[in-house]
Amino acid sequence: MPAIAVSTTINDDTVEFLCQPDETLLDVLRNRLGLMGAKEGCGTGDCGACSAIVDGRVVCSCLVLGAEAEGRTIETIEGMANGNELHPLQRKFIEHAALQCGICTPGFLMAAKALLEVNPDPTETEIRFWLAGNLCRCTGYDKIVRAVQDAAAEMRGETA
Amino acid sequence: MSFDATFQNKRFNSVGTRPLRPDGIDKVTGRARYGADFNMPGQLVARVLRSPHAHARIKGIDTSKAEAVKGVKAIVTAADMPDLTDGDEALFAILDNCMAREKAMYDGHAVAAVAAIDESSAKAALKLIKVDYEVLPHVVDVDAAMMADAPVLNDTIFTQGVEPAPSKPSNVANRSEFGHGDVDAGFAKADIIVERSYKTEQAHQGYIEPHACVASCNADGTADLWVCTQGHFVYRQNCADLLGLEASKLRVTSSEIGGGFGGKTHVWAEPVALALSRKAGRPVKLIMSREEVFRASGPTSATSIDVKIGATKDGKITAAEATLRYTSGPYPDMWAELGAMTAFAPYDLENVKTVGFEVVVNRPKVAAYRAPSAPMAAFAAESAVDELAKEIGMDPVDFRIANVAKEGTRSSYGPVYGPIGIGPTLDAAKAHPHMSAPLGPNQGRGMACGFWFNFGGQTCTDLNISADGTVTIAVGTVDVGGSRASLSLIVAEELGIEYSDVKAVIADTSTLGYNDMTDGSRGTFSTSMATISAARNAIEVMRQRAAIMWDIPLEHIYWEDGHAKAAGSKHGNRAPLSVKDIAAEAGNTGGPIAGHSELVADGAGVSFATHICDIEVDSETGSSRVVRYTVIQDAGKAVHPAYVEGQYQGGAAQGIGWALNEEYIYGDDGRLQNPGFLDYRIPVCSDLPMIDTQILEIPNPNHPYGVRGVGETSIVPPLAAIANAVSNAVGLRMSHIPLSPPRILAALNAAKT
Amino acid sequence: MVEVKLWAGLRPLADNQSVATVEASNIREMLRKLEERYPGLATPFRGQVAVAVDGVIYRDDWSKELPEGAEVMLIKRLAGG
Repeated sequence: MPAIAVSTTINDDTVEFLCQPDETLLDVLRNRLGLMGAKEGCGTGDCGACSAIVDGRVVCSCLVLGAEAEGRTIETIEGMANGNELHPLQRKFIEHAALQCGICTPGFLMAAKALLEVNPDPTETEIRFWLAGNLCRCTGYDKIVRAVQDAAAEMRGETA
Repeated sequence: MSFDATFQNKRFNSVGTRPLRPDGIDKVTGRARYGADFNMPGQLVARVLRSPHAHARIKGIDTSKAEAVKGVKAIVTAADMPDLTDGDEALFAILDNCMAREKAMYDGHAVAAVAAIDESSAKAALKLIKVDYEVLPHVVDVDAAMMADAPVLNDTIFTQGVEPAPSKPSNVANRSEFGHGDVDAGFAKADIIVERSYKTEQAHQGYIEPHACVASCNADGTADLWVCTQGHFVYRQNCADLLGLEASKLRVTSSEIGGGFGGKTHVWAEPVALALSRKAGRPVKLIMSREEVFRASGPTSATSIDVKIGATKDGKITAAEATLRYTSGPYPDMWAELGAMTAFAPYDLENVKTVGFEVVVNRPKVAAYRAPSAPMAAFAAESAVDELAKEIGMDPVDFRIANVAKEGTRSSYGPVYGPIGIGPTLDAAKAHPHMSAPLGPNQGRGMACGFWFNFGGQTCTDLNISADGTVTIAVGTVDVGGSRASLSLIVAEELGIEYSDVKAVIADTSTLGYNDMTDGSRGTFSTSMATISAARNAIEVMRQRAAIMWDIPLEHIYWEDGHAKAAGSKHGNRAPLSVKDIAAEAGNTGGPIAGHSELVADGAGVSFATHICDIEVDSETGSSRVVRYTVIQDAGKAVHPAYVEGQYQGGAAQGIGWALNEEYIYGDDGRLQNPGFLDYRIPVCSDLPMIDTQILEIPNPNHPYGVRGVGETSIVPPLAAIANAVSNAVGLRMSHIPLSPPRILAALNAAKT
Repeated sequence: MVEVKLWAGLRPLADNQSVATVEASNIREMLRKLEERYPGLATPFRGQVAVAVDGVIYRDDWSKELPEGAEVMLIKRLAGG
């Protein structure tokens, strides 16, 4: 099949790539652009390990075609920190021991970031339902929820 | 063992604190590299063809059309992986499981594999491989497989452990028996006897990272393997044995591991990837899909268990008996035996008997899953114990306390216990506010105990002190949940330096001596022991260097609070030398400073936990929700308490999933119907409440800091705790795990009619 | 002298004894002497046994001393997750 030329914005950079019509955004990120922070846990949109933010909306990048990136604005885990300055969610995940193996962590961080952008003060229940599309097998979610709560409070300016 | 591992009571400076994990930044920025995140120049993509049949003879495989596909560089079948196992049955089972030889034994069994320049060529080739199957009758259910008329999977299996030896082959690979006393006499003394049958369904470890590796074989017999594994040294040995490679020429590098839970103690794809690379003469990357992970990698056993327990009216158990039948997949193992050993381990029983039957079925080869076999046995035993307490009219915690095992008790599996922690976990449960909190409507509370053996094993640590006084340690157990943080704490403690001055890495198989699998809750237990030993060896070197620096006799120098100090009035005015002071002079006092340790960490000691949970059941739909959950477990000494809590919470969550939803569902055709996370439903964030933890610290006498393994036991009590809670909520005894909504609803409807 | 209890599967290889008494100061010596007496035990002793000494299970540390009067049991070598 002839490849498709795509022009898009990823983590504030203009990016151009060629991809096959049936190639997922996840495969493009990982295999063509070297952005391997997004993980493939299932390839069917069930685990959320490949979460990315497309035009402000969190998506499973394994369910988006690479060609669909044309003209969009995409955020991945590699763009979450500002250089050496971690995003509050990244810092709080480490502080709260909210990761064990860490394979799900990039997806959780993307999803949580999208949550706090639309709802800066979520209840525990809102956090739990928003993150229900991201699977973690190590932590039992307890410390993840606490990390998101703490990061949200800090981003609202309620803690130091 | 030259290292004295005896517990020495001391005040800790670093151990027991909660510093940030050293691999945290890599893992929150996407930089950490897992199995699939590594590439080599010229690398090919591998795909595996799997049997669609539960049981079929492979009459022939024609790969000629597939080989002609443009871009295909190698195809392997069992013919490319000759049997080099030399009568080693366990190794042969691994080989046969990696690539089916005469028969496909389960839906998903690998029959061929392709390496090609890209995924589309590999997939196209898979479709063109023609396998001539003769479909055979199959059996997946444990009880059905034991029937006289069941299709026999392997006509060389004659039940072991029965007298007289059977004359006909069957699916029952072995019978094992444990216990002591006279159960018949014990039941005769009982006022009340509970006798029940239980079933549990097959669950998967469910690690989020599928198996992935990059294999590169060279023509000169050297090879490299990058892989997510719980034990790269064991993988090296297995792959070398199966492929006829020399172990030292195969370098295996353990990537970051995206969860294992026992499921990455076993090779599946790695020997196949190496075989493809050897044939193609190029590196090969093999990643299993989620569907392949479910269909072909290690789930736990499905079980069928009968339990009979008798007690007097005043609450003393007089006899306990269990018959436990465990599936092992197509190859015999010892899963039933483990269940039979663990079932009644928490109790002090005068008369106890457990019998295990290991049953082969047309399901994937069972791999260890966190305290393997114990959760199902505990589910059956603890359900019956709960029911018995209720019949007697005793509080379930009091009833357990009245029968609890303690130091000097003969365990149900044989040996007499030393100091153990089950009693304290029950006392803590009794005192816990959760036990007395009010319940809402449609809610029930359950509790249960759990036991697991912990293990140690062969372990190495290399500790190197840099010229600036900072320290690196290279270890050979993999970091599955924060062990680099806990091991760095150990170094800081032992050398008296800052945690931030320590860097811990996982060494590959060519740069460190052999280490056993990271299993049996041994990562922190064993490697902390080797690390303490290595640090003490480094301290000896530093004392020698201090003696050279001061030009005084070695015996006048002692080590205290992270410093070499001169003893006696003659040298007493010398300022102590820190690690940094000594390291700075290393080049002129004898060269680099290091401490090494190679040891066998044994004496891990057994582990116990008690869990409490509250469940709310919707009687219209049968769905249930955990509303409160508490884990109480002995850690010996929690090195990094946040990650100990994480183990408790994670094990509980896995147990909750198994108890309420997770199960392998097979169709009549023997095919797995739910090989994906949509239909094999592990707990999601909105399914669970916060999981409270209470860490008890009863020092392990066989570890210098009193550390006990903590990784596995937390998955043992949840099945029973939840079943007891649901049973209390609905007023019906639930005996079939998982307690999924259809199963609860059916029980409720049956009770109405 | 230590009394060593054998698990059921080992007994047919040891003249159907459930207990064997040997003069041994550590695990290695105990296993060697048992194997000399019952050569059939050689196979299970290669990688399939663990030894419980006063309730603590030793899988690999065969230098472990056997204190006088210790309870010593051979059990199967177990795997974990």
